[in-house]
Amino acid sequence: MPENPTLRLAVDIGGTFTDTVLMEGDTVLATTKTPTTPHNPTLGALDGVTHVMADRDWADITGFVHGTTLATNALIERRGARVSTITNDGFRDILEIAYERRYSQYDINLQKPDLIVPRDRAFTIAGRMDVSGSEITPLDESAIPTLATALRDAGTEAIAICLLHAYANPAHEIRMRSLLQAELPGLSISLSHELSPEAREFDRLCTTIANAYIQPLMSDYLSDFAAQFADLGITCPILMMTAGGGMTTLKTAAALPIRLVESGPAGGAILAARVAEEAGETDVLSFDMGGTTAKLCLIDNYRPQTARRFEIARAERFIKGSGMPVRIPVLEMIEIGAGGGSIASADRLGRIQVGPQSAGSEPGPAAFNKGGTHPTVTDADILEGLIEPASFAEGHLQIDIAQSETAMVTHLGNPLDLTARDAAAGISEIVDENMAGAGRMHAVESGKDLSTRTMIAFGGNGPLHATRVARRAGVRRILIPHDPGVGSAVGFLYAPVSFEIVRSRYARLDALDIPGLNAFFTEMKNEAETVVRAGASGPLDRTRSAFMRYHGQGHEIEIPLPDRDLTPDDIETLRAAFEQEYKSQFARAVPGMTIEILNWSIRVASCTENRRDVSRKGAASSPKPARYTTILCDVANAQRNAAIHERKTLKPGAQIPGPALIIEPQTTTYVGADFACEVAPNGTLILTAQEASK
Amino acid sequence: MIPKTRLQVMWNRLLAVVEEQGQALIRAAFSPIVRESGDISAGIFDVHGRMLAQAVTGTPGHINTMAEAVKNLMAVFPTDAMNPGDIYMTNDPWLASGHLNDFLLLQPAFHKGRVVGFTSCTSHLADLGGKGMGPEGSDVFDEGLLIPPCKLVAEGELNALLMTIVAANSREPVANEGDIYALIACCETGVARLTGMMEEFSLDTLEALSDYIIDTSRQGTIDAIAEIPKGTYHHKLMVDGYDTPITLQAALTIAEDHILLDFTGTSGCSDKGINVPLNYATAYSVFALRCIIGSDIPNNAGSLEPFIVTGPPGCILNAQAPSPVAMRHSIGQMTPDLVYGCLSQALPDKVPAEGASCLYDVPLRHTPEAARDGGQTFALELVYNGGTGARPTLDGLSATAFPSGVWGSQVEPTEATAPIRITRRELRPDSGGAGQFRGGLGQHIEMVSSSGEDYLVFLSVERIRFPAAGRHGGQPAAKGRIRIGNDGPDLPSKGEFRVPGDTPLILETPGGGGFGDPTTRDASAVQEDVETGLVSPETAEKTYGWEKP
Repeated sequence: MPENPTLRLAVDIGGTFTDTVLMEGDTVLATTKTPTTPHNPTLGALDGVTHVMADRDWADITGFVHGTTLATNALIERRGARVSTITNDGFRDILEIAYERRYSQYDINLQKPDLIVPRDRAFTIAGRMDVSGSEITPLDESAIPTLATALRDAGTEAIAICLLHAYANPAHEIRMRSLLQAELPGLSISLSHELSPEAREFDRLCTTIANAYIQPLMSDYLSDFAAQFADLGITCPILMMTAGGGMTTLKTAAALPIRLVESGPAGGAILAARVAEEAGETDVLSFDMGGTTAKLCLIDNYRPQTARRFEIARAERFIKGSGMPVRIPVLEMIEIGAGGGSIASADRLGRIQVGPQSAGSEPGPAAFNKGGTHPTVTDADILEGLIEPASFAEGHLQIDIAQSETAMVTHLGNPLDLTARDAAAGISEIVDENMAGAGRMHAVESGKDLSTRTMIAFGGNGPLHATRVARRAGVRRILIPHDPGVGSAVGFLYAPVSFEIVRSRYARLDALDIPGLNAFFTEMKNEAETVVRAGASGPLDRTRSAFMRYHGQGHEIEIPLPDRDLTPDDIETLRAAFEQEYKSQFARAVPGMTIEILNWSIRVASCTENRRDVSRKGAASSPKPARYTTILCDVANAQRNAAIHERKTLKPGAQIPGPALIIEPQTTTYVGADFACEVAPNGTLILTAQEASK
Repeated sequence: MIPKTRLQVMWNRLLAVVEEQGQALIRAAFSPIVRESGDISAGIFDVHGRMLAQAVTGTPGHINTMAEAVKNLMAVFPTDAMNPGDIYMTNDPWLASGHLNDFLLLQPAFHKGRVVGFTSCTSHLADLGGKGMGPEGSDVFDEGLLIPPCKLVAEGELNALLMTIVAANSREPVANEGDIYALIACCETGVARLTGMMEEFSLDTLEALSDYIIDTSRQGTIDAIAEIPKGTYHHKLMVDGYDTPITLQAALTIAEDHILLDFTGTSGCSDKGINVPLNYATAYSVFALRCIIGSDIPNNAGSLEPFIVTGPPGCILNAQAPSPVAMRHSIGQMTPDLVYGCLSQALPDKVPAEGASCLYDVPLRHTPEAARDGGQTFALELVYNGGTGARPTLDGLSATAFPSGVWGSQVEPTEATAPIRITRRELRPDSGGAGQFRGGLGQHIEMVSSSGEDYLVFLSVERIRFPAAGRHGGQPAAKGRIRIGNDGPDLPSKGEFRVPGDTPLILETPGGGGFGDPTTRDASAVQEDVETGLVSPETAEKTYGWEKP
């Protein structure tokens, strides 16, 4: 261990609050929540850091990780630059034509998402590469001056260039940049092959546009942020949290700001992966339920599942396909409109619907008595006795049960002929079923099974709904980490410095050009290592993959490759690995079918050490409850007595049978009647389903 | 008695299970049309064969075909003779889903030793021999292998002979086998999930749940029908057909508690494989009606029951065996425009104008001599769309599929998998029908052979002769147009053509019709259309009374 203090700082700027965490080694020294300052987010961050640092020396800070919703918000609130696009002649409408599809089958009146660039700012230029990267038609350089004038006349602030097959040969894109920079100095230019060197022109164009849209804003913000902290004595480099769950340098972040979107939720998944590793849980479902949404992520062998595509700016927030696709490395999460503030209503078939509309924190659930009149998930939990009014939000918020009851009776009880209690139970059942269903669907889409997994629950409402969702998903074991209410910022400090590149290069497995492929990988490796080296000096981990499928199929499976040059002997190994993985996802392999590979990836990351918690188990004990309360038991569907425990008083080894409530400042863990809780040596609550305890 | 909210939770569970089954099936499928358009279906049925839940997948072609198919199979195989692990199968177009490529499987779900319900699924297999996917067969026997209702799996044991027969009769034996395995896995998952749910909620039978789902859905649908002015509404629609135009005719009767659609007056069958079995015509017609009437109610026996569709046997929308039916989707996809012609008389403010409707599905293949002489062989199925009809309060969608839910083909993956180069793909200005709300635009696509070799194109599209009509004063859209070379003659909508290696194939997809009088279109919307180039200044002046600012 080093002698000097090695302080590490994480700042997570969210929409409402900025979370700051200070750690030394593995110990959290201080945390704080300060209001986000939207006009100049750096101010809120400075407040937070000043607070956690107290009178410590800022020069002792050896690590600084920052994540922000600024990029995401700029896209949602449409506060980005005026972008123009340049595509090949004959392909002006890649954006408008898209995939030619409606995202909702029965909706005659659906509207497509706004894809940022209208047709009158979509420009084209002659020149064409073919699929192998050979030039068919040279770039029409003589058209550049006219094009530059047109771009200027259109009021262009940023340019997105996306040429066909640029992933195979980017020469035209690169040449265009230098010619246009000469004509239009200072203009931000994003090139498709640098953002997402993958085939499928619509997705690549969208990714390029989204990056161009936020690039000027983010680049200004990041340089200002760094300058302000440098003035106050921070000497270590500031690293940015990315959507892929790794960190990157300010320079890369300023050039590729699209990789910064959705980094907050990624922090939560990183935390869950860390908790999983400490507990030795290899098959995990993380369950992060807040006030508006719930997010679920599959975590295998301590690595959150990754994806290469997600959607921004959806026309219908929770409908897949209604948004703008962005191809960057992301932690794969499903987000559904189910949170404490989700509003319940009766539809015309007499069914209870919950969400996706949310009362948020303003006006909030009816019980907050701040003007909300609709019944919410939190109101249901209150009426079921699962939230103790006096201890909610550390007593900062007055809970008015009568308001919950009135809302429940007015909007559900009367129209559906239910008592307030039955309506409350109905809301819980529906919302828990929705979350469990979304989780099962998400697992199926990845060829996985939920029921063998351990759930790691956090967020303000995760621990409260965990046993109820788990039962419906067939999950039998749940972990609740300490301080489950503030996960993301802590998660930042467990992230490696990393960079991932996914690049298209079509090949058939039985006709692999091995030398060509090795040269291709070496180039990708050098590119990724250069980026990572800028932020990490220690040893590096490299992960290589091939995205393979049977010829004719639309779905690719990621198969790990050895971290070295490939040899002809590897072809059979790859075939076997693919067939085995295929079998595990689809029950049977298809011998004799041609296997093809579309994309190849490399991820370079700084090494992280093994974090397995090996401390000894505490002696079994049965703590005395602080008090008892009456709850509506979801297993017996009847009133039952439940013990209340204060989490801070529980010792490792403590065993608590359900039903019970374990209360802490930001949330309550509800141990259902069919679960029992044990406190792990590191303070994690372990909830296990009990056999036939009904 | 089971509380209502508990029944609702179980209903939600069944809906989630069929979606899971559907996703699993799409992921495992080999046929490109399954990948691009989700041409599959999965459903759960009670012990009486009443459909309780069905996956919302990419094409409406399975909507009530599956509900009827299960009853057909149950009529052949008595429930009390079924054993755990049995799975039944057929691809009979008149029993399953309208053409030979669609295979339907059915598995009984056993719980506590008794059959409590069924799961079923359908998927489009790549090739069944015969003349393949094209309109050239003169009867269904020309179109390939027909498997009558049979037991594919007996108590867990696969009928190997049957699998061998399916493989031996296909140009894509490995893919077919893979697709059938995927269907089996899909059925098994459904059964496991269904019985698991019954275990979890301590149910012995599905009766109470099934009554709740069906009664609630039927009542909701009847309530929606009650809001429509009663009466019988007639409409006639001309479509291209194979070589001679075809009349589609319908009478739509809105009654107190049901809707009756009758195709009397529709032309007789074609000699070519564009005929439509009634189950498939019903699927697209009912889909179109349900988009407007009770679209929030999931598909099941209750919500489908009030929709009754009939047609005289032998008309092209009620083709009888052994008529050729391989390309039944070309005309089938036109039935929503037929039905909307009737419904818009009852609900003038709810029904969109006609659209391009039939998808421009363009199979390309190497020439016979290329295969013989060792040249490059390939088979590619490109999918494009025209514009949708203008909606009562919104413009139509340009280059967007409706009624089908297909995905269009991207240029880069297309060029990676076949010796074809796309040289242009842009919207067609002025192709959307003018109106207060403008129809969606079609697209202009050009492609050439990248190897210099000739290739074949197989057409079975629509709206080359008859454009999408406007509604309530809205104007018709541009027709589709297909030619080889810029100066080449216009090709008909159906047939097989050879494209020379040095000449571009040019496809212009049709637009959608306009809605309402164009002179009442908002001036700023016209101005925007001109600025963005969707409408030319000439058309804007002539049709919309636009003046250059």
